[in-house]
Amino acid sequence: MIFDEDINRIIKDIKPSGIRKFFDIATSRKGVVSLGVGEPDFITPWHIREAAIYAIENGKTFYTANKGLPKLRKAICDYYQRRFNASFDPDNECIVTVGGSEAIDIILRTIINDGDEVILPSPSYVAYDAIIKMAGGKVVSLPLCKEDEFKVKPEILESLITPKTKAIILNYPANPTGGIMSHEDYERIVPILSKHRIYAITDEIYAELTYGRKHCTIAEFEEIKDHVIVINGFSKAYSMTGYRIGYILAPKELIDMMNKVHQYCIMCAPTISQFAAIEAAENGDKDVEEMNISFRQRRNYIVKELNRIGLKTNLPEGAFYVFPYIGNTGLSSLEFCNQLLDAENLALVPGDAFGIEGEGYVRISYAYSLDEIKEAIRRLESFLAKLGK
Amino acid sequence: MNKELLKLMEKNAKLSVCDLAALLGKDENEVSSAITELEEKNIIAGYHTVINWDNADADVCKAVITVHATPERDSGYDHIASLIANYPEVDSLYLISGSTEFLLIINGSTMKEVANFVAHKLAPIDGVHSTETMFILKEYKLSGEIMNRKSSSTERLIVTP
Repeated sequence: MIFDEDINRIIKDIKPSGIRKFFDIATSRKGVVSLGVGEPDFITPWHIREAAIYAIENGKTFYTANKGLPKLRKAICDYYQRRFNASFDPDNECIVTVGGSEAIDIILRTIINDGDEVILPSPSYVAYDAIIKMAGGKVVSLPLCKEDEFKVKPEILESLITPKTKAIILNYPANPTGGIMSHEDYERIVPILSKHRIYAITDEIYAELTYGRKHCTIAEFEEIKDHVIVINGFSKAYSMTGYRIGYILAPKELIDMMNKVHQYCIMCAPTISQFAAIEAAENGDKDVEEMNISFRQRRNYIVKELNRIGLKTNLPEGAFYVFPYIGNTGLSSLEFCNQLLDAENLALVPGDAFGIEGEGYVRISYAYSLDEIKEAIRRLESFLAKLGK
Repeated sequence: MNKELLKLMEKNAKLSVCDLAALLGKDENEVSSAITELEEKNIIAGYHTVINWDNADADVCKAVITVHATPERDSGYDHIASLIANYPEVDSLYLISGSTEFLLIINGSTMKEVANFVAHKLAPIDGVHSTETMFILKEYKLSGEIMNRKSSSTERLIVTP
């Protein structure tokens, strides 16, 4: 018998992910068509897979340095310079992690003291809220809205800052909204972050998936660079989700501290995957470009179709999600998704899984083949038609 | 737009104009006239389907043939190439670097048919000195498609964050 008091208080109070609940229902059914997945649909490019195989064949399977293979850290820093014009020192300002997930964890554990506040735009990726709490922090929600294209607005940001504010989490291009922040958008919030000495934790895992304009990283603003912590990884850009390779780019003093957390709980990211990641960072630009084009095309397609069937939505500029408003159906996000699954066997993710600000929305992923998207649209259209009656 | 349009059509000739327009974020009429123009300019040279004949129970015999030939004074290799290309048996024809001049891919239904083609049509062409015929035993990959690829049922979870 396990009693409540046997469990850590914080862990006990954390709600299981709303996605998880929905996943359990969806997987128990047969013939489900899903637009619910948050990962690319490409098989990892062959030259990258081959690099992993080569590592195994040649016995390159020992631990690496805690911070990751020096060659990989150099490849990552070269990549950031080449693609996003931000420079980092591979020896001191980079640490290779187990996916972006570990990065989020060790950053927050390193900087948060009990009761520190972290500003979290909402809706947002499900892990931030939980990890802030696990690290002993307090989540201060910054509501995003579709009228602002889900961008962080300076006046709202400023109104949430208190003496206890430690950091803000930025995730652009964004899961689940597909929103982006441009250079001009950042210019409006950088002075606020600078004035209050707040860490900008910028999760740029979807950086390669912007359409129409190039990704802007807040790390390019020199005046706050000593307070910028970049999270990125190989999962979305190279379709390498299962390899679990992410990284942090940040000032040396922070990296040294985060490395303490990392070395004791992880030791190092998987070696085989690190070798694959070197190949990706050094020779994967062309793959990235091809996948980007393919995502852009499918985004164009699905947005046109959603508008045609009556789910009015703007063209999102990043990631591979559309986040349409469904509140005018009179249903909550969860009711909408449950009924859709019941009636048409189509799985979308309810928006409230990403925070209460996501209520009234659903997340639709277009990381699917055109045929799958077509079938999903057909089912969604049929569902909406029945609702309308 | 044209390069992106061509890439889409190269990978999947079955896409309708309507789908192409939606994918490219363009108007249907615009895409339709772009395709017409590409056809007229002979940039789109034809529409074919990639068929795995081995699985179709059909008698197919393909061969790769290298041809040693001498160029002509005025036309170089172009004239002799046009003579070879005119035969419907010739699926593809390339001028190549290396020890021979041409490389052909021949489609026939039997080995005998291919042999006859070489003996009675290809070899006698003026300027052709010698040929070497290599029969294709098995096709593994054709026009970018891997033959008999195991159906890649996706292992992705149904819903992930």
